[in-house]
Amino acid sequence: MSAPTRRRWLTLAAGTVALAFVVAGCTSNEPEESEDTATNTAAAPAPGGTSNDEPGDKVVIGFSAPAADHGWMAAITKAAQATAEEYSDVELRVAEATNDTNLQISQIEGFINDGVDAIVLLPFDGAALTDIAIEAMQKGIVVVNVDREFSDPNAARVTVLGDNYGMGVSAGSYICDQLGGKADAKIAEIAGIDSLPLTQDRSQGFADALATCGLEVSNRVPADFTAQGGEAAAANLLQAAPHLDAIWNHDDDQGVGVMAAIEAAGRDEFFMVGGAGSKQVMESIKADDSVLKATVIYPSTQAADGIKLARLVVQGKSMSDLVEVEVPRKIQLFAPVVTKDNVDRYLPTAFES
Amino acid sequence: MSEGVERSLEPGGAATADAVVVTERAQSASGDERGGLLHGPAARNLGLVIALALLCVVGVVTAGDRFASIDNILTILRLAAITGVLSIGMTFVITGGGIDLSVGSVLGLASVWASTLATQTMAQDTHWIVMVFTALLVGVACGLVNGVLVAYGNVVAFIATLAMMVAARGLAEIISNRQTQRVKVQGFLDFFRDDWLGIPVLVWIFALVSAAGWVLLNRTTFGRRTLAVGGNPEAARLAGIKVKRHTMYLYALAGLTAGIGGVMMLGRTTAGTSTNGMLYELDAIAAVVVGGTLLAGGRGTIVGTVFGVLIFTTLTNVFTLNNLSISAQAIAKGVIIVGAVLLQQRVAARSRAGT
Repeated sequence: MSAPTRRRWLTLAAGTVALAFVVAGCTSNEPEESEDTATNTAAAPAPGGTSNDEPGDKVVIGFSAPAADHGWMAAITKAAQATAEEYSDVELRVAEATNDTNLQISQIEGFINDGVDAIVLLPFDGAALTDIAIEAMQKGIVVVNVDREFSDPNAARVTVLGDNYGMGVSAGSYICDQLGGKADAKIAEIAGIDSLPLTQDRSQGFADALATCGLEVSNRVPADFTAQGGEAAAANLLQAAPHLDAIWNHDDDQGVGVMAAIEAAGRDEFFMVGGAGSKQVMESIKADDSVLKATVIYPSTQAADGIKLARLVVQGKSMSDLVEVEVPRKIQLFAPVVTKDNVDRYLPTAFES
Repeated sequence: MSEGVERSLEPGGAATADAVVVTERAQSASGDERGGLLHGPAARNLGLVIALALLCVVGVVTAGDRFASIDNILTILRLAAITGVLSIGMTFVITGGGIDLSVGSVLGLASVWASTLATQTMAQDTHWIVMVFTALLVGVACGLVNGVLVAYGNVVAFIATLAMMVAARGLAEIISNRQTQRVKVQGFLDFFRDDWLGIPVLVWIFALVSAAGWVLLNRTTFGRRTLAVGGNPEAARLAGIKVKRHTMYLYALAGLTAGIGGVMMLGRTTAGTSTNGMLYELDAIAAVVVGGTLLAGGRGTIVGTVFGVLIFTTLTNVFTLNNLSISAQAIAKGVIIVGAVLLQQRVAARSRAGT
């Protein structure tokens, strides 16, 4: 997801600033968060609710994630911390955000030495962190793998994943609905980093969904998840395609640049669907003041769910909305379409890009 | 500190002297430093020892047994090992008056090249050592290109190695197609992920490379020439040292350590990716400078470099153990680097005043 960073120390500083903005933007949203997340296990105690949120045995959780060089990634850590603070029985230890697998391995070694109860890990590189995760599991530590999968299923007790293919399907289906059988509709796709499997999954889902209504992508350009990359890709795309009916942009961070290019070209004959679900994009959808009419969510609350699940597993609780006694092995989150009609439901968990 | 002043050669005076005498002077100068190794550098390293000890005290006070456990110390050493090896090579380049910004990228390229399907298949058919040789060869080759550009092409070291930094990363991305290449050669993994006498192989490699680096810098003609070339290339040339060739060797040496680092990275992460070693050149340069090697060249210390590496990794460890904010850690690192450079400038000023 994150483009490799060139200046780690600068990024640390930048990440901190980004984090500070997120702090400012999100503090009022925490109560809703637990209601809206896909794993509805720990919703606030309500009539007919569960006792899962009541304080139990103390749980020490180690958390490690890649550097926050991207709004989505910054939100991951922020949401995890906010969720941990909701529980008096959770002590969260957050390791330095890093894109260096060597350092991240050492952080996990540190957590193992410390004898934490659980580790919530969004690895910079799933394969590189697999062996150390297996070691942690063998020492009896509950490992929760978030977003980027390990290469061995034994390396994690629970895996929380987004749905990249589903994002493409959601975006494609929405565009099908909107264009309603317009036979020769011109549809453009602005992808993320093309060589990443997640980008290929998104594009595959998009193409599959469009095929169900007889449409196909007429112009496709890859960008790089950054605003400047999005601007360059979109500017070229708009030059190449004098008329468009719809655009799907994979990522709302790069969408900032895409919107800039669209405004610079003065084009508005099409509508655009975003990806990932940033707060700015959702607000724009709500205000209905641009070509942005929808976005599909790739939840930035995955790690927050990881914290909740780690706590449940350590305390021996179950996901009370399920009949199943144990917490499941794998949870894949849904990629809903956000439009003007339902935006209020998703705005609280949106991330700042 | 005064010992440090003596340790840098006095090329200004030497240049006017007869070449034979110069060589003798150079040797006697390093002879002094040989005798003074227990005194001079030890005194200079005292500040580093105190800094590291202070960090350890902070670690023990704030984290207690969690810090002062064998497991935690091994965690620190394992983290230090790869940057440590790079820093040894970097010490030579900087002592020789240069800089190498490419070591992190070359490490990444070496780790990718050594873990391609082709290399791994060959290793599986023959011996895992093939992967090691591949990485070392890639490292040395990149280092040689740097060296030739800097020494014979007269490209400024900063620019030549910056070009290599970008190009090696790009090549690594092309070779790996930006994907993670898992190491499947069991012999390789068994060897590099093993412990000897309770100490991880990676830490042994760091120790061996450091020892070899110390001997090379302090006990051989090569080391003396490195000091001479870094201190005053013109004087060194007049003294009969083939400065260009020696400079080339220094970059090849840094490339070799990057290759070793690539092998270690493969052992540690079991994965070759183009992002391996991202920004390690900065960690290495920081460790070398904090260790007391002059960025301007002419004075270098392997012991100081090892301390520099350990100080940074221990700092990271203490901060992580105490669950402190990442920003505080970044600030602490910055303060340490600036402090070390300020100290260096004072030493350099005194050194200039002395000669």
